[in-house]
Formats: sequence, structure tokens, C-alpha cells
Amino acid sequence: MSVLAITEHRRGSLRDVSYELVTVGRELADELGEDLELAVIGGDVDSFASDVNREGVDTIYTVDEGEEFNHGIYAQAIEQLHAELDPSALLMPNSVNGLDYAPAVAESLDLPLVTDVIGLEGGSPVEVTREQYGGKVETTYDIGEDQFAITIRSAEWPQAEADGDAAIEAVDVDIDESALGSTVNGFEEVGGGDVDITEADVLVSIGRGIEEEENLPLVEELADALGATLSSSRPIVDNGWLPKNRQVGQSGKVVTPDVYIAIGISGAVQHVAGMKGADTIIAINKDPNAPIYDLADYGIVDDLFEVVPELIEEFGGEAPDI
Amino acid sequence: MKILVTVKEVAEVDDEFDISGLDIADSSLEYDLNEWDDYAVEEAVQISEDNDDVEVVSVTIGPERSEETIRMALAKGADRAIRVWDDSLEDAQFLDVDTKAEILAAVAEEEDPDFILSGVQAGDDANGATGVALAEKLDFEWAAVVNALDLDADAGVASVRRELEGGVEELTDVDLPAVLTIQTGINEPRYASLRGIRQAQRKPLDAQGLDDIGLDADVVESPVERTDMYEPESEGDATLWEGDASDTASELAEFLRDKGVVES
Repeated sequence: MSVLAITEHRRGSLRDVSYELVTVGRELADELGEDLELAVIGGDVDSFASDVNREGVDTIYTVDEGEEFNHGIYAQAIEQLHAELDPSALLMPNSVNGLDYAPAVAESLDLPLVTDVIGLEGGSPVEVTREQYGGKVETTYDIGEDQFAITIRSAEWPQAEADGDAAIEAVDVDIDESALGSTVNGFEEVGGGDVDITEADVLVSIGRGIEEEENLPLVEELADALGATLSSSRPIVDNGWLPKNRQVGQSGKVVTPDVYIAIGISGAVQHVAGMKGADTIIAINKDPNAPIYDLADYGIVDDLFEVVPELIEEFGGEAPDI
Repeated sequence: MKILVTVKEVAEVDDEFDISGLDIADSSLEYDLNEWDDYAVEEAVQISEDNDDVEVVSVTIGPERSEETIRMALAKGADRAIRVWDDSLEDAQFLDVDTKAEILAAVAEEEDPDFILSGVQAGDDANGATGVALAEKLDFEWAAVVNALDLDADAGVASVRRELEGGVEELTDVDLPAVLTIQTGINEPRYASLRGIRQAQRKPLDAQGLDDIGLDADVVESPVERTDMYEPESEGDATLWEGDASDTASELAEFLRDKGVVES
């Protein structure tokens, strides 16, 4: 038995979660007393295999099928690898692409699936930890079968860095092209525009707490008073109140300003992924249990509609009537 | 053309809450239509408004209380609804991805839709997996995390954009029948009008048990067992400024001046 982890790449580069999978995969393999095997599917598999050949990996299987991610190829390749290698644990990234094949693979192989796992303890049974209710609680689950599938939340484990000496083996799989019901035609970068929030030293970032589009001038005024750039969490962009190029988060931009002022932002994991690299994080949120406070350096637990006008006045501005 | 939309009543947790056993106490929960499903309903209704002879059927797994939620889908334009629940579902500790997919697949086999829309994830469990698992069970094609959809029903193809991480979108053609999991922001969900709410009361809402859809109680059995639920220990050591708004704003202003963000 082994632990088999599926790496991820996009547009010619391995994604960071591939190296995180090495770390978590090695930990689990040690607890189960098993080998750690990786699979690299599609693209420049030899180069990817060389990149991900980090300490703790026993074997890397390369499947030279397809240039970019196609869930049909991934599903068929993993199902065949699984049949051949018979691993106990199948680890996959809880990425957009991971969630585009992992449930299908688990279903097809009749494996119990637990997604978005943030903690993992090998044993009998294996215990996994995940968040629910928007991160307000953590839950643990026992997986009562010897073989199972898990998707791993990115950035929960460090990336494996030390060079390894894994065996690299090319594997031929039979891909049934007629069964591929989707075709990837290309990629597009979205949310250009004239403001690049990744370049800003100071970001005033607004979330769902602003409640109405009519209230936006309040934070615009604050950003002006501070000489800061305005950014936002996802709901603001979903509502069309700010353009996509202002969105901080997993599906938006990753920002690293000196100061990040999160106003009315709860701190959902998808948002945190984009802003946790900020040097100083300041949160203004009336919910003292909001996950943003796990990350913030400074905070004001209060209603933003009380605090922000006071702040604007502190800097000589005038709070707009809203 | 028939579109099946899976919807879920999700529990939202109050700022202060209690945990009772392995779940959050009912008294700390409020229920609402899952945000992602709201966008899926809107997408289906827009397709039905733009095309002739489209029927939108919404399906949910949930107790009688959830009829209020599924009536929202009807009020927004779905034509009829199906709710699946019975004692064995009521008694289950929780429903895992496979169980939900199995139940939805049984309904889909009965309904024979041309395609299925589902939210990317539910706001409470956040598995993000039911739609794709459902597709696999039905032997449908699928696409996860769709934020734009252009349907060519005659050609049997859905051209979609999948929202990847980091501001990149993937352009993909998906053969129908398919399950598409819908990301927020794909459209602007409408509010239910008063007229819509009144009409929803008269639209068919069919309550079914597992027997009715050809399943037995075994479907709720899961090898995955919840063993604990707790509030995570705060990892943060944020310095909190306290006092009324003018005090805290003044503290923050001083900090920003010291930091050189603004000139003092």
C-alpha cells in the first residue's frame, strides 16, 4: 500500500500545492508506514517530475497525456494508476481543477471522499479535520475504510523544499478519447484595467459588511484620505460594485502591501489566500469571531459605519452622507 | 428542454453560537437558500426566459422546513420543485457527498433533464463535490466552477468559462447532457417579486421519500463518521483597540501616522 498524491500544473508550471502535497503526503505515509508516490499527468511531465522530486518522495509516475488539464484525461489516468498501485490514500488538491476531477474519481473508484481537508492523522481509522459553517467551527471525521480519497486545502502545509532522489517511472495509460466529453480551448486573464492592486503599498479593502453599493463612497473617501488603493473581497465584485481587477483572493489577485486594512471582511479562506502576505493587517469588523482576526495584527471590533467616518475626519477628510 | 437545478437550504451561524453534540445547536442557526444555488437558479430561469419550451425543475434534499427555501426558487421562476426527505434521512448524522449524489441521481434519472445546474458548493458543509459526483453517477459530462455559460442546445454543447485561481479563466466546451456547477457572480440573481412569491404558492412542490425514488435506507450509510465539532482556537494575537468609535479611530490614525502611511 502507498499514499498516492496527484500534482497540479498550469500553463507550463507546477502549482505550489504540488509541493504542499509532498509534505502532507510524506507525513501521512510515515504515520501509515507506507511509501509516498506522486503522479504527474500531462504537460512537460519530465520537467515537472524533476521539479517535484523533493525529499520524502519514493516514486514519481509520469503520464504523458495531454498538454493542459483535462478532467477526462485526469480521471481515466488516475483510475488506471489506482488500479495498478492500489494505494490506501489518494491525495488531490482542493483547487478548482482538483474539484473538477476528484469527486468523479472517488465516485468511479467507490472511495469515500472528504474535501478541503486542513488536518490529517494517520491511524486506524484515519482522522481528518475540516472547517464548516464558513470557518466558524472545525469538525473531525473518521474514515472507516482502508482506501479513501482526500482533497487538501492549499497553503495549510509547508512546501517540501529539499531535493529528493525518487525513482521516476513513465506509465502508459489507455485514454479513451471518445469518452472525453469536454475540450479546453484556452485561457484568458481577466480583470485588467488601469489599477494594479498588486503594486499598492496601502490597500483599503472592503467586504460584504458595506451592505449596499450606495455606501461605497464611504470607503472610497477613506482610501483617498490615506492615499491608499481600494480593493475588495469577492461579493463586492460579484455584485458588480467594483471591477474584477480590484478583487483580492484565490480567484482574484494575490497582494502583498505594507498595510492592508480589511473593512467589513469576515476573512473567508478564499479571501485570506490573497492577502495573508501583507506586512501589517488591520481589521475593522463588528463580529469578534470573524476569521479575519486570526490573521490580523491590529483590529477594531465595531461597526464600520461608526468607525470609518471618524477615521476620515482624523485625516482631515469629510465623510460623505450615505 | 428540461433543466434540473439542485438547491440546498443552508444553515447560517449566529455570531454567538452553541455546539450541541456533533453539530451547532438549532437555536444558533438561521436558514437560507444557499448563495451559490441562487446563482444556479437564476441561470436556469434566464435560459428559460430566452428560449421556448424550457422547464426548470428544482430539487432539494431537506426536511419540511426547507420548503420555504425551495419556494424561493419557485418564486424566482422555477416551474416546479421536488423535495426528498424521510425518517432515515432525518436520523442520519450527516449526509456525505456520495449519499447526496445518489439521491439527486435517482431524481435526475426520473426527470431525465437535458442538463443540471448546481451551486459550486454549499455555504455550510462546503464540500464542493456533489455536482461532479452526481455527473459521474449519471454518466453525464460536467464542468466545475462555471462563471459564464453560453448554451447551444441544438449542437448539444455548453461553452463555459471556468474560474481558475489567480484571475485566470479556462474556456471549455462541454458536451450535453452535463452537470455544471455554478460560481457566484455569473449573473445577478433577482429578488423574488411579490407576484412571484404568490405564484410560487400555487406551483407544484412534490415531497418524496427514499422509497418513492427507488432507494432504500442503506443510502445514508457512510464510511465517514463525524467524531467532533469545536470552535477552532484563535491563531491570532491581534492587538485590539478598544473604546468608542472616536477612540479606536484615533488609535488607528495614530498607528498609521507612526507607520508613515500618512504624514503626521
